Amino acid sequence: MVRIVLTSEFSMTQTTQYQEINDILQKNQHYKEGFFTTTAVETFAKGLNESVVRAISAKKHEPQWMLDFRLKAFKHWQTMIEPHWAKAEYEPIDYQDYSYYSAPECGSCSESCDKALDGKDHTQANQIDPEVAKAFASLGVPINDDGEANIAVDAIFDSVSISTTKRDDLAKLGIIFCSFSEAVHDYPELVQQYIGTVVPHHDNFFAALNSAVASDGTFVYVPPGVRCPIDLSTYFRINEAKTGQFERTILIADKGSYVSYLEGCSAPVRDTYQLHAAVVEVIVHEDAEVKYSTVQNWYPGDDDCQGGILNFVTKRGICEGKNSKLSWTQAETGSAITWKYPSCILKGDNSIGEFYSVALTNRRQQADTGTKMIHIGKNTSSTIISKGLSAGRSDNTYRGLVKILPSAEGARNFTQCDSMLIGDQCGAHTFPYIEVENPTAQVEHEATTSRIGEDQLFYCQQRGISEQDAISMIVNGFCKEVFKELPLEFAQEAEELLAISLEGSVG
Amino acid sequence: MLLNINNLHAQVEEKSILKGINLQLNPGEVHAIMGPNGSGKSTLSSVLAGREEYEVTEGSVQYDGEDLLEMDAEARARRGVFLAFQYPVEIPGVSNKLFMQTALNAVRNARGQPPLDMFDFEQVAAEQMKKLEMSPVMLERSVNVGFSGGEKKRNDIFQMAMLEPKLCIMDETDSGLDIDALRIVAEGVNALRSPDRSFLIVTHYQRLLDYIKPDHVHVLYDGQIIKSGGFELAQELEEKGYDHLIQAYQEA
Repeated sequence: MVRIVLTSEFSMTQTTQYQEINDILQKNQHYKEGFFTTTAVETFAKGLNESVVRAISAKKHEPQWMLDFRLKAFKHWQTMIEPHWAKAEYEPIDYQDYSYYSAPECGSCSESCDKALDGKDHTQANQIDPEVAKAFASLGVPINDDGEANIAVDAIFDSVSISTTKRDDLAKLGIIFCSFSEAVHDYPELVQQYIGTVVPHHDNFFAALNSAVASDGTFVYVPPGVRCPIDLSTYFRINEAKTGQFERTILIADKGSYVSYLEGCSAPVRDTYQLHAAVVEVIVHEDAEVKYSTVQNWYPGDDDCQGGILNFVTKRGICEGKNSKLSWTQAETGSAITWKYPSCILKGDNSIGEFYSVALTNRRQQADTGTKMIHIGKNTSSTIISKGLSAGRSDNTYRGLVKILPSAEGARNFTQCDSMLIGDQCGAHTFPYIEVENPTAQVEHEATTSRIGEDQLFYCQQRGISEQDAISMIVNGFCKEVFKELPLEFAQEAEELLAISLEGSVG
Repeated sequence: MLLNINNLHAQVEEKSILKGINLQLNPGEVHAIMGPNGSGKSTLSSVLAGREEYEVTEGSVQYDGEDLLEMDAEARARRGVFLAFQYPVEIPGVSNKLFMQTALNAVRNARGQPPLDMFDFEQVAAEQMKKLEMSPVMLERSVNVGFSGGEKKRNDIFQMAMLEPKLCIMDETDSGLDIDALRIVAEGVNALRSPDRSFLIVTHYQRLLDYIKPDHVHVLYDGQIIKSGGFELAQELEEKGYDHLIQAYQEA
């Protein structure tokens, strides 16, 4: 059975019967992660050119091959044009108006800090800038190895990784969990073997930019047959104004291994756009499984989304070996603009790709997000569950590609895209692209668009449930299929984020 | 007196639907409102429950000594006004249990009672479900999603039993029910009859009333009550239909 391309678009321009819902949504929305940290920082002057690229590399004491990778990417980037095909409107970005490197420095120990940055010193956790430590503490991110947290954390502050916990425990299992900068020094063969293999430096405009100015990120390697006993996570924090964060994350699951990886993000309230262009590459070998979860809560900007984060992310994984599995789960609630398509290349026979997404937009946020499932191997299967919630005057777009190549005998895909409109001035859009080149493929696509019904609200209220509780209940019910894929604490965080983003008065 | 409707006029989208309703309910009484399609039956239910699309243009409604029309829907629910829906609404992903516990605790809070925790709630719920011949798995399922017509109506009666309202308005609860479901719904209602609970049963057909036996029957036509009587009025309608009453009313 082959069902092909459905393109639907649904926009709401109805009268004001939703005024009350809008009012509720607009009531004191807070972004509780909106504080900023004052500490001594070293920030490069604004602007981007070859010498900036060289300076970043020098700052990190990088080997020649890494500098070469950056320069190659930078040259290519200069020939590229900023893409504007997404269903999001934004002014062309002035790349000369951003700083491309910012790191906290501690005056008293500049030498050991330099050491920490180049990754030679693993006792760096003792030397974290107290202000930065405080910032992570208020975010609830455990950056000290106190032994209690059942999670390993790589904490990234602007351009550098501040601390990576539990690494010794993990090392006993042969698991490498460190910052990207450290990996460049300590595991150059592994980095060289994998960097750019899933997302080449010339892949797209933002991936090229990232390859040139990559700040820091996380490196994970799980050796053959090892099941990582705890969740690994990275917390990204943008602090400096007018700074770009360009993290580069590489995650490799060797044969028969398993790892669950989580990432969370936030940024202070700023009145100018901050730029975030990340690249994530995931490599899953034979019989291995990777679960990759994201809760994205970047600052969305003021009521008009001025000053929010511009989030242009390339995330892609390859199921390289037979029977491998990669599962992306994301809860996207922040950013002024989100441009993000975590994808799976299903190369190994019987490999499985999954994408579970909740994207909530409010105020003037614009999200264009979805996935690409590229079926190459035999009997590969993929599942896409996307839940888009639009409120305020926002636009929420699902854009997804399911491509079945001629080699993908017996491939299957199931896609379900549900959109919910909250209020009368928002838009929900669905652009599914389906390309099938093998007649044995089975591709199913289901899509619904609903409004948070006056009927549903009235039904709840007629039973005594308050309007706010009713909205929160209905919205969480709508997202349930996706939230159940998140690790427990993350699922709670995601539910709370939804509540905060929607109701404002909670939290 | 529990409910006193006085000269109630209401409209929806500028169209006048209720044109001067007068109706009094005492505690413990069961009243049936019957009428042909388009007579304003559902509008009356909706106005009493507090649906906002309906605009009251004239008249007053006193409920338990308070001005009902001043309250929003949730305040009415918390003071004991319950509407059984003609089409109970589906809420995907929200379990019946979460929905009902949230509702019950909101109502209990308004009554000054402490909230029920999950264990107490489940115990109370299990008892009520047993009476209504409902399978316990219904509590785990999403509110009304994938329920048959009969299951939806039964679920509404279950909610009514849980919330222990003072005034139960039943908006064509019998529509779309087969005879077994009708019997179970009617038995559920009869079990809830008590000296301090009143019912307003809105229906097109007499068959539900055969099981429930109302104290008073009113015929609604063109936004007004054109005739009131006892249960025998329902039987008369079953035999002769609405036409002769309407004719008599128009001639008068």
